[in-house]
Amino acid sequence: MKASRPTPGTPRPYEFPQATRVVLPGGLRLVVAPMRRLPLVTILAVVDAGAAGDAPGQEGTAMLAAAALAEGAAHRDGPALADAFERLGTAIESGADWDDASIRLTVTPGRFDEAMALLSEVLMAPRFAAADVERLKAERLAELLQQQVEPRGLADERFARAVYDPSSRYARPAGGTPASVRALDPAHLHAWHTARYSGATTTIIVAGDVTPEQALASVERRLGDWTRPVSPALTVQTIARSASRGVHVVAKPDAPQSELRVGHVGLPRTHADYFQAVVMNAALGGLFSSRINLNLREVHAYTYGAHSAFDWRRSAGPFVVGTAVKTEVTGAAVREILLEIDRMRESEITADELGLATRYLAGVFPIRYETTGAVASALAVARVYELPDDYFSTYRERITAVTRADVHAAARTHLHPSSLQVLAVGDSSAVEGQLAALDIGTPTVTSADEGAGQ
Amino acid sequence: MQLPLASYRLPNGLLVTLSEDHSAPVVAVNLWYHVGSANERSGRTGFAHLFEHMLFQGSANVGANEHFELVQRAGGTLNGSTWLERTNYFETVPSHHLELALWLEADRMGALLPAMTQEKLDTQRDVVKNERRWSVDNQPYGTWWERLPALCYPREHPFHHSLIGSMEDLSEASLDDVAEFFRTFYTPDNAVLTIAGDFDAALARTLVERHFGAIPRGTGRPALPPMALPSTFGEWKREVVEDDVMVPRLFLAFRAPVFGSPAYYAGSVCAAVLGQRRGSRLYRALVREREVASDVSAFTWDLAKGADLFVADATARPGIDAATLESAVVGEIDRLRTEGVSPDELERALALIETDYVSSMQSAGDRADAISKFATLLGDPTVVNRQVAQYRAVTAADVTAFARDVLGAENRASLLYVPRVQTEVVS
Repeated sequence: MKASRPTPGTPRPYEFPQATRVVLPGGLRLVVAPMRRLPLVTILAVVDAGAAGDAPGQEGTAMLAAAALAEGAAHRDGPALADAFERLGTAIESGADWDDASIRLTVTPGRFDEAMALLSEVLMAPRFAAADVERLKAERLAELLQQQVEPRGLADERFARAVYDPSSRYARPAGGTPASVRALDPAHLHAWHTARYSGATTTIIVAGDVTPEQALASVERRLGDWTRPVSPALTVQTIARSASRGVHVVAKPDAPQSELRVGHVGLPRTHADYFQAVVMNAALGGLFSSRINLNLREVHAYTYGAHSAFDWRRSAGPFVVGTAVKTEVTGAAVREILLEIDRMRESEITADELGLATRYLAGVFPIRYETTGAVASALAVARVYELPDDYFSTYRERITAVTRADVHAAARTHLHPSSLQVLAVGDSSAVEGQLAALDIGTPTVTSADEGAGQ
Repeated sequence: MQLPLASYRLPNGLLVTLSEDHSAPVVAVNLWYHVGSANERSGRTGFAHLFEHMLFQGSANVGANEHFELVQRAGGTLNGSTWLERTNYFETVPSHHLELALWLEADRMGALLPAMTQEKLDTQRDVVKNERRWSVDNQPYGTWWERLPALCYPREHPFHHSLIGSMEDLSEASLDDVAEFFRTFYTPDNAVLTIAGDFDAALARTLVERHFGAIPRGTGRPALPPMALPSTFGEWKREVVEDDVMVPRLFLAFRAPVFGSPAYYAGSVCAAVLGQRRGSRLYRALVREREVASDVSAFTWDLAKGADLFVADATARPGIDAATLESAVVGEIDRLRTEGVSPDELERALALIETDYVSSMQSAGDRADAISKFATLLGDPTVVNRQVAQYRAVTAADVTAFARDVLGAENRASLLYVPRVQTEVVS
């Protein structure tokens, strides 16, 4: 029935943009990746000041501080700062993740030095004015309030609570809880900035239409003297909340769908099995044509889409399967997810499945890095997790070196059916019985606002 | 910034545009069909989008879901999307797989129907119903993008009804509908094909001819009902929606000049003045100074037929009631109409728009999509190279005139979401 398929031509060579790396005397690192195609430059400052380092009871400090960087620096208040950037045709986006804080902007090359000057003010001399800090706190509290009726965010937050022991930083949202955010004030932010922001903890990444010499001259002039001792970052403990399976229902009365999360503590980013785990996940649920998505969407039509992922962090972030399914099939969908996880551990994937996963991951690599922003982000990840300098030039080889046996070993070692946490945000009256009938544990039912004040 | 463009038409009517760029070994294939939810017949809301799903269910020489698998196995990315007046399909692949992407698109344009079965339709119908639950019914404010056009376009107008469709209409869709829709709209003379990135132009022309050349021309797209509308609503329309939300959100819409018209560019700049980034009027006044909103934006829908929509939206801070939020947004818009736009504000807006536009031309997929958009909606792919100049030609007086002509009280539609139960807010 099938006509012959086109045969591919000869692959053209690809090289990830060559980066020049410099460490300034004050300790600040500079990474420059020239990309000449369009008149654009992305500047990305990454600081070792992520949410993982928040002190107990002060969760949210890292994210609030990073957001507040945009609210005024040196002699400019927030509106004046926004105005100064926007006149250059750019705007800063500042925020924090678990493992770093970042400030980024994209600008035309003629405005690069001016943008760098403004960015250095923001990094070195934030104001943290009381009124701005109060406003940003109120915005975070508003976000937490709205999350109680937003099933995806609610599911993520409750899943983290189900997976990690309460003593782990990862059990609480990176942005903090209502109680921890309310407790923060400008003094906390200044102390955080003094302890964590320094030339010694900062890398400036420049990707785009600029030479390493231009970038170095600009960064030396603006940030060359920036140095001060910083406190060592905290390490996150990643103890699982429970070694046995748990079933959790978060009640959202009358919800037409159940938002599902199924998973457990995963692996740290620097784990030796990273590539094997990435390929294994791609075949399990990482791709459209993966087992979980084809099963739940194309065979059973339970969902619009289903996906699995390792959330890569410095310490072990979660491994999670996520989807949203029609209420009536909540139990059936969970059963299929559990079956697919078991099947992954039982036998090797087929050569076809391996080929799909590895060729996809290797092939999309150049497609992922067409933009200055994407290249800068990749170089930031490499810096944050201290990946080797040849990481990008060897990435595709390392992906294609993964074998079926490697994938099987990764599934057996890193998927843990007996400690999976199953969480559903949905209509508990309809969902609880379906999950109980699976015989994988007695569901506990909580409300959307339970523990929201903690 | 000028993209190299070479356009030509196949005898069957397919408009092809090639845009070469060899900086990375990737190539984008992008097809826009000039059909969207506006072309659905009554009782079939959601069909154009359901049909888009069916295009991934195989064709004469491609198995169900094989389209996704073949592209991903080649190391490529792909998807499709449906909007009110167009549907697009796109792949970005390593450049040596160009022919695969062209062949896949041509196979489904030329011979979709042999692969269609009732079972596939039933499955995709359920997938789409789940998409509706996920993106509309189970999301706070999720119904806004079907309620707003329903409020702003008259009942008989093709932009009035829901793009994602009602559950009832989705249930009614049949294989006969699939066949009729395919024969009517999925024809080469109702499509544009753009190839952008790393390819050899002569080879690309040969491959396009080889795979698309034999597909027969259609019988002509049936005319839409009259799309033209009076330039304003002639009233202030209002709809209040009680929903499962914690804080009020306002969508304030205005009937606006169509995409690509001179006033459209003034409108885009006006949207940036009002709602783009922290230096915008709404952000400064509502988020920063008065602290009545946590989030604001302003944008156009970019519809090219009859009338577009200009929308400002704002989400209330907890404790701020809907009336306060609405009067704050309206107050800023009235102030803009009275004061007019300053040269400084214009410069800020233009600088941001220009950087964003150049940034949006970085990936082959985005370039191809932009070229297809202008080719489909304006009939001229070269407009892509005149965007920056078009924006730069907008004066402060143009933006002030836009605000005066379009943002007045007799041309407003308020779609206001309020919490169903007034929740006790802890401050």
